[in-house]
Amino acid sequence: MDLFEYQGKQYFARFGISVSPGGVADTVDEAVVQADAAIYPVVIKAQVKVGGRGKAGGIKLANNAEEVRLHAGNILGMDIKGHVVHRLWVEHSSDIEKEYYASFTLDRPNKCHLGMLSKEGGVEIEVVAEENPDAIAKLSIDPIIGLTLEMATAWVAAADLDEPARAQAAELLVKLYTCYVEGDCDLAEINPLILTTDGKVHALDAKVTLDDNASYRHPEWADFAWGETEDVREQMAKEKGLNYIGLDGTVGIIANGAGLAMSTLDVVNQVGGSAANFLDIGGGASPDVMAAALEVINSDPKVKAIFVNIFGGITKVDDVANGILEALNRVSINAPIVLRLDGTNAAEGRALLQPHLSDRLIAEPTMLDAARRAVELAGK
Amino acid sequence: MSIFVDENTKVIVQGLTGGQGRFHGLRNRDYGTKVVAGTSPSKAGTDVDGIPIYANMAEAVAETGATASFVVVPPAGACAAILEAAEAGISFIVCITEGIPAQDEARTYARLVQNFPGTRLLGPNCPGIISPGKCNIGITSGDIALAGGPVGIVSRSGTLTYQALYELSSQGVGQTTCVGIGGDPVPGTNFIDCLEAFQADPDTKAIMMIGEIGGSEEERAAAYIAEYVTKPVVSYVAGVTAPPGRKMGHAGAIISGSQGTAQAKMDALRAAGVTIALNPTEAGNAMIEVVKNLK
Repeated sequence: MDLFEYQGKQYFARFGISVSPGGVADTVDEAVVQADAAIYPVVIKAQVKVGGRGKAGGIKLANNAEEVRLHAGNILGMDIKGHVVHRLWVEHSSDIEKEYYASFTLDRPNKCHLGMLSKEGGVEIEVVAEENPDAIAKLSIDPIIGLTLEMATAWVAAADLDEPARAQAAELLVKLYTCYVEGDCDLAEINPLILTTDGKVHALDAKVTLDDNASYRHPEWADFAWGETEDVREQMAKEKGLNYIGLDGTVGIIANGAGLAMSTLDVVNQVGGSAANFLDIGGGASPDVMAAALEVINSDPKVKAIFVNIFGGITKVDDVANGILEALNRVSINAPIVLRLDGTNAAEGRALLQPHLSDRLIAEPTMLDAARRAVELAGK
Repeated sequence: MSIFVDENTKVIVQGLTGGQGRFHGLRNRDYGTKVVAGTSPSKAGTDVDGIPIYANMAEAVAETGATASFVVVPPAGACAAILEAAEAGISFIVCITEGIPAQDEARTYARLVQNFPGTRLLGPNCPGIISPGKCNIGITSGDIALAGGPVGIVSRSGTLTYQALYELSSQGVGQTTCVGIGGDPVPGTNFIDCLEAFQADPDTKAIMMIGEIGGSEEERAAAYIAEYVTKPVVSYVAGVTAPPGRKMGHAGAIISGSQGTAQAKMDALRAAGVTIALNPTEAGNAMIEVVKNLK
């Protein structure tokens, strides 16, 4: 789960990482209240989970209530790369002396943690990595040892941070690492990490991705549920406990297994169509799950055909066939369904469905055939 | 021959008394796998369909001489189970558990490397390993695999592994071993480990490798293939149309920025001389052609 900047800052604050005083606002009036509390001048920042907010006009400085009203009014409702701004973060403006970059993430090839620190912050780190890779001090961290203050102190020197920032930055990095590990982050990034004109180091931005697998031990993450997805289909799927990702195409997809679901998207694309979603119903494919899956796909007005792609392994295809039939009894489906059933007990499963086949429920022998048929139906 | 396991491999199921453990453990035994014990702290002294249950791994290993374990326990206990097996001297651990936090996986993997270098972990979040006719540890349905080789399969995805087995078996092409390495960001066993083992296995004549978006394991495998693998490799990489920044079902299947795209992986593999298929069926057909042309 990606956090909004304000959520990331709230999360940082739990671990003692210094952030600017501020608050959230969903209306212009609320923005003024927050600005008064944060003390002028303030910065008004659009809360969207996408980069490039500044360039899009989503970050503005305000010196008084009138300016807050003007900017907050403009930014609320603004569309930034397809993300509509519903919430603002208003914080006291910082006097910036220097901008740095700091992050922790998993180094997948080396199966350890990777810290990245740069004195060239405030710009996209990918750009720095491309144009001036030497400006990034990378630190490989053994998950068992962790990051000690001693290591962090050597690291800030290696990254050539300005002398007045070093001691504070080292302390902050240890806290950020703790946040990353104990807070179960996939990514904990500060860009920019700033040194203020009065010599303070703190996080001016926060980019945090939480590891969904760890949610069971973080009940406090429930606080971050606000605005997690704007996609009503994804919202509905989440409520039904489905592994669903909304896309823009016209062929609704139901598959068992993440790899097969991904592969189904690819095959639909290969034969000239486009998928409306990713949906992995997992191993079971019970009538309940199948019905829930069909309901979510049915709610998508763009869907013109549905491709159900099942490969039975442990799951028997005849059980899946029964699940589909029962689900169809419960849900009235708008689009025609194309089935591809293969694997364990496929013949039995197909036989069960045979009497129910029609121009609304079509069976195809292979994944490619089924994809072609679904795409053809979606194009009509 | 097979890699990592064979007909003599003795397996302890950690979590055999649970619903999933019982289901898969007994299926593995019915397939012919030597499932010699289970562990459960509270049910020691009992049995599951004749398979004795011990209080812990140390006891189970001492009593049975097993060298492999199958971890079927929930995410919160899986890493402790893996380390318990390693401490008891188990050299091959299969963990199918999905949903283990990445921080725990990273720590566990580091512990294994530092303290138990002789132990190989397969998974977590993987379907397991099957050497057709010899040994099946995990959740793969034994009847879609065909004994006798000559193909070795390694895959990050469960269902695509089954699909690959099915494509080959239904056309009479057998497998030496099929290894599901799993879809998590920190797999205990990676593509290169399996490629190395398949390259060394005289019975494996060709290798099918199924990748997916996320990370850079396929690119690393490509570099390895270019240098060390002389056997023909057919590959399919899922997720060409996956949107960036979204986890596609597997915790590790995510395009981060410009990193981890299917296209980059396919390009790297193709440059290493690997035959690239654009869907699982095409991969099956390509492998059947490869097998026809062997020798």
